[in-house]
Amino acid sequence: MIHSLFLVNSSGDIFLEKHWKSVVSRSVCDYFFEAQERASEPENVPPVIPTPHHYLISVLRHRIYFVAVIQSEVPPLFVIEFLHRVVDTFQDYFGVCTEAAIKDNVVVVYELLEEMLDNGFPLATESNILKELIKPPTILRTVVNTITGSTNVGEQLPTGQLSVVPWRRTGVKYTNNEAYFDVVEEIDAIIDKSGSTITAEIQGVIDACVKLTGMPDLTLSFMNPRLLDDVSFHPCVRFKRWEAERILSFIPPDGNFRLLSYHVSSQNLHPLRSASLVAIPVYVKHNITFREGSSQGRFELTLGPKQTMGKGVEAVLVSSQLPRGVLNTNLNPTQGTYTFDPVTKLLSWDVGKINPQKLPSLKGSMSLQAGASKPDENPTINIQFKIQQSALSGLKVNRLDMYGEKYKPFKGIKYMTKAGKFQVRT
Amino acid sequence: HESIPGYISESCLVYKRASAMNDDLKEMLESNKESLKLEAMKRVVGLIAKGKNASELFPAVVKNVASKNIEVLKKLVYVYLVRYAEEQQDLALLSISTFQRALKDPNQLIRASALRVLSSIRVPIIVPIMMLAIKEAASDMSPYVRKTSAHAIQKLYSLDQDQKDLLIEVIEKLLKDKSTLVAGSVVMAFEEVCPDRIDLIHKNYRKLCNLLVDVEEWGQVVIISMLTRYARTQFTSPWKEDGVFDEHSERAFYESDEEKTRNEPEAKPYMMDPDHRLLLRNTKPLLQSRNTAVVMSVAQLYWHLAPKNEVSIVTKSLVRLLRSHREVQYIVLQNIASMSIQRKGMFEPYMKSFYVRSTDATHIKSLKLEILTSLANEANISTVLREFQTYVKSQDKEFAAGTIQAIGRCATNISEVTDTCLNGLVLLLSNRDETVVAESVVVIRKLLQTQPTQHSDIIKHMAKLFDNITVPMARASILWLMGEYCERVPKIAPDVLRKMAKSFTSEEDIVKLQTVNLAAKLYLTNSKQTKLLTQYILNLGKYDQNYDIRDRTRFIRQLIVPNDKNGALSKYAHRILLAPKPAPLLESAYKDRDRYQLGTLSHTINTKASGYLELSDWPAVAPDQSVRNVEVIEPVKIHHFIFPSTAHPTPALHQGWSWSTLSPKLQINFSGSDAESRVENSSQSSEESDESSSQSEKSSSESESDSEKKKRKTKTPLQKKTVKPTAKDGPYLSKCYQPTFCSSDLFIFSLILSVCPPVYSALSPLSLSFPLQVSGPAFVPEKSHDLLHRMTGKGLSAQYQFPRQPCLYQPTMVSVQISLTNTSDHPLEQIHIGDRSPTGLNIHCFNTVECLEPEASVTVFMGIDFNDSTQAANFQLCTKEDHFSVSIQPAVGDLFLPITMTELDFRKEQGELSYSVNYKKYHNHYLTHLVSPVPCRFAGKTASSGAVVLVTVELRESSTALITINTEKSVMGSMLLRDLKQALAQA
Repeated sequence: MIHSLFLVNSSGDIFLEKHWKSVVSRSVCDYFFEAQERASEPENVPPVIPTPHHYLISVLRHRIYFVAVIQSEVPPLFVIEFLHRVVDTFQDYFGVCTEAAIKDNVVVVYELLEEMLDNGFPLATESNILKELIKPPTILRTVVNTITGSTNVGEQLPTGQLSVVPWRRTGVKYTNNEAYFDVVEEIDAIIDKSGSTITAEIQGVIDACVKLTGMPDLTLSFMNPRLLDDVSFHPCVRFKRWEAERILSFIPPDGNFRLLSYHVSSQNLHPLRSASLVAIPVYVKHNITFREGSSQGRFELTLGPKQTMGKGVEAVLVSSQLPRGVLNTNLNPTQGTYTFDPVTKLLSWDVGKINPQKLPSLKGSMSLQAGASKPDENPTINIQFKIQQSALSGLKVNRLDMYGEKYKPFKGIKYMTKAGKFQVRT
Repeated sequence: HESIPGYISESCLVYKRASAMNDDLKEMLESNKESLKLEAMKRVVGLIAKGKNASELFPAVVKNVASKNIEVLKKLVYVYLVRYAEEQQDLALLSISTFQRALKDPNQLIRASALRVLSSIRVPIIVPIMMLAIKEAASDMSPYVRKTSAHAIQKLYSLDQDQKDLLIEVIEKLLKDKSTLVAGSVVMAFEEVCPDRIDLIHKNYRKLCNLLVDVEEWGQVVIISMLTRYARTQFTSPWKEDGVFDEHSERAFYESDEEKTRNEPEAKPYMMDPDHRLLLRNTKPLLQSRNTAVVMSVAQLYWHLAPKNEVSIVTKSLVRLLRSHREVQYIVLQNIASMSIQRKGMFEPYMKSFYVRSTDATHIKSLKLEILTSLANEANISTVLREFQTYVKSQDKEFAAGTIQAIGRCATNISEVTDTCLNGLVLLLSNRDETVVAESVVVIRKLLQTQPTQHSDIIKHMAKLFDNITVPMARASILWLMGEYCERVPKIAPDVLRKMAKSFTSEEDIVKLQTVNLAAKLYLTNSKQTKLLTQYILNLGKYDQNYDIRDRTRFIRQLIVPNDKNGALSKYAHRILLAPKPAPLLESAYKDRDRYQLGTLSHTINTKASGYLELSDWPAVAPDQSVRNVEVIEPVKIHHFIFPSTAHPTPALHQGWSWSTLSPKLQINFSGSDAESRVENSSQSSEESDESSSQSEKSSSESESDSEKKKRKTKTPLQKKTVKPTAKDGPYLSKCYQPTFCSSDLFIFSLILSVCPPVYSALSPLSLSFPLQVSGPAFVPEKSHDLLHRMTGKGLSAQYQFPRQPCLYQPTMVSVQISLTNTSDHPLEQIHIGDRSPTGLNIHCFNTVECLEPEASVTVFMGIDFNDSTQAANFQLCTKEDHFSVSIQPAVGDLFLPITMTELDFRKEQGELSYSVNYKKYHNHYLTHLVSPVPCRFAGKTASSGAVVLVTVELRESSTALITINTEKSVMGSMLLRDLKQALAQA
């Protein structure tokens, strides 16, 4: 399946290669570089590039291209999903997935890649198994390793892969047994010029951090499981139980993992709310105008909270790609800081918290290229924000029970709402 | 001349530096210190990762292959070995013996890793060794090693294709493997080595379907795509019938009833093969997978295999994938684009999910546009067009141009909005951006072609704009339009030609060609005004630099200007040049992508990728279905018939796996093959029941005499199998099965499977006159509980378990087996039972153990009457010196004794028992395997009072089961239900 892997940085250098079958010359990447040159933006490089003898399937993350070389028919998503899994693993191991981190840990990276694929077919991709095989580097261990000359490869042979619960490592022990669940919902929306919602969707995930001794068997139930319209599970969740009782029953992996992700569409919300679509937590008042013939443009933006269920809107960040004709801006924010990059024309305004009594606004003028005609389109405004302690859909966890172990774990649930792709057209 | 030596010396220097470094590494590798070796290997791996050549070090590295000390070093050496073995074949052979040795290691992980490395060494000489190793590993005890061998098959095959036949044998063997660990890998090997040997799949088809949910995600993808191909060769199309059905219902609507009835016998109802259904049912839950590749593969399976009305269940999951990474979106959108052309309805409710965001990458945007265009219909077109209006203004001009094309497609597809679209496009002609204008002109041209009659004002408008348009394609399009419809704009067209004559030399080639065309057409229709102009243009064209234009000019001149030689053709010039031309079809680029299987690489790149396996068409007639039937291995005798039969040692009962993997038919087969159970095969209907019942009597008496020999293998179809109870012997037709949930210690019940209800009604009813017979337990939990820990017991440790045998001492007691162990260093004397705590507690004590030597243990039996409650029995366990308070806590299941009864009696009892607990909507993985049309019944009685307890498990629909418990003892009943639920949940 996957023949070779090349890691390419943003300046077009191959800084790591790995082959699972016969060696493929790195000149095969020339086809990739061609496509890269043709693309106006890094994101526009097509994910699948056919070449005379191979096919290149690539993903771009953290400004690194992971280019897999394929020789024959294979579902492209198979490769893409795997490459993303590789990136996730690196991130999990090194905290960040940058060129420097990969270069610093090249031995660990190689060992990981060796374990993740056998003859190009995925072998161990489960983080719990990998961590048993190859211990992630920590500062302490790095120090110890330099002195004693050992590496991070586990000294013992792992057993996880052989067990009935392959996602959980065996022999887990903690002095403090704790299980935390984060319900994080993201709202994706497109708001049109007049402020009405064109589309709005809620996507949620439940991320868990479970540190429990032994082999705990957990059940998690919801007050309103009806809300979950379309779900996808971590393999540990017993699907049939969910189907029958709408209860999540699972033996968790050790450590951090994504328990489930779900989708709440506008149709499925609370019947009372269904008419008004998804509650939009913030509104934007804007007035961006360019006048024909004038070299000045007006820019006014005010943010305010809308339906926030009484919680404060925090970490607000507004960004907008201004038209090419804008040379510079001269704006005054009532709070926070704003920057404008004259090269990329990217305006970003770090607002912080929205105070309902004193709404934040950004006002001022834009200077346009002299003589240039007025831009056709007003810029789109992208907004990021967070609302703590509430899940926008109203999803509530009812209870968490543990079976199979005797101790009493510490349990915690946190809710949060974030903006996903929240765009306002002006 | 001087530069060359310099160049050489420089490269020498580089070479020297490299070799010096290699020398360093070599030295380190050959040192005695493990840490130095390790450091060196790390650096070597670093070199490999950078793509630098480190093959020089091969001899030094390979020596370390047998390093015993550090696991790490070994791994790094393996990495090196696999990378360079191909280049250094002779030296690589040195390492082989190490791996051969490791292949025999008692540790499965070492065996697996040895096979992994050995098979990755691409040295042809070792092919026989690899072959041998693969064969051995394929029958290894450890599934992990077998998985590795499946991977090794592919490696060996790519190294030496001649081994194909031998490898197919191994694949065949591994396909039979029941481990979920192996399934994915072996199917992968199958796909690579012998994808055409579909016959190997038949026998494993059902097993693969059933295992699918538990296979690791990557394996699932491979298996699903293989099964898709398989199903297309083995089942008949579920689609054709839809058509027939529709037709039929339509006819029924218009035609009279008589005709309908006459037609009916002709329409053969389509019956989906149960195996086809099995595949669809078992893949559906995987739509919930977190792995996008799995979801996609299920979606394509449904697309290619499911009846048309079921395909839409994949929609929601596909839309969910759009939330994933950009690359995933790209592939999913491509597939949705293909799907939405054929099945608009599938994605229409999710139209808003395809709205474009300004942050999307360009190829994502154009795919979304593509889908939106396909989804547009009369109902939603206004929303779509409004959305398109925003896109047209996008700063991404490529995308804006794409939108204009999309508008064009909408306009042709939906005639209601053609005018609106045209007007909108005309407005765009005054756009500032060239690409937008150009694209609009091109699209307008195409639209006008489809309905040219009423749009002369648009053509006029375009002529006005002509001077401002600079994009060649747009100019050419306008010129072509002028020419084509010159009769509608008789005044403007010559004027445009005049302008063109002026600027002809500075135009692009494509514009020049169209100018020549326009001139020719005008010459034919309006020669009075344009004759001179045409000649002028033709003269210019004659001396153009481009030969195409010179060519065209010559051709046109010959065609239109009459002279002596070409009279024949010029007569037809008008017809040739101004022939009505068919309107261009504005079609999706994804229109015929569906010739490739969805989700494949070939579909993505729209060309056949190497190794692409064509999806065959449905066969007209389904091939033999029975090839998928699996013969059942003769089950070990598992039936305890009449009490007090000597209890069988239970290990033979461990049949749990077969229960869960067999289809319902096969379960019945079990009973059919066991003569002792008096299951009789009457291949005829119930009319013959009398006769067959007498037969069965005969056979039953025979079977009693020599039951061992009389085990019959049944070959008749199972549906016809009937059960004949005869009045003589009392209870029969019961089969004890080991339920899969052996781990729960609750199933004391015999599983009474009544096989065929329709027949017994023809038999004389049986009364419940006989005493309730207690049968042996189907299953005895091996779990023992701590009675006394050795620390508290001062060296005496005691454990108890419930053997679930009827108590020999008193029928109301529950027998308890206690094993006493002396862990102290001195003998313990006089172990006996002392005071008991509820004083009325009726205990039959075991005989005093006089002396227990150190390290010795003894097993004793006692009987306790729990009085049908789960209250613990407390008593004292005494030795000569000490006494310890202990307690025995029974589970509710321990208080029952299994009994055997006929189905009729079961029903009768059920009717009489007052208390029943129903528990509905219970669902469980294992229950789905109990898909027997006959409910499973369990009968038992409480030990103390002898009250009958009946448990029925019925499967309702596909996902719910109904558990009914009938008993007088309501408390026990509800406790039992609770435990059952819990046990099933944990199973």
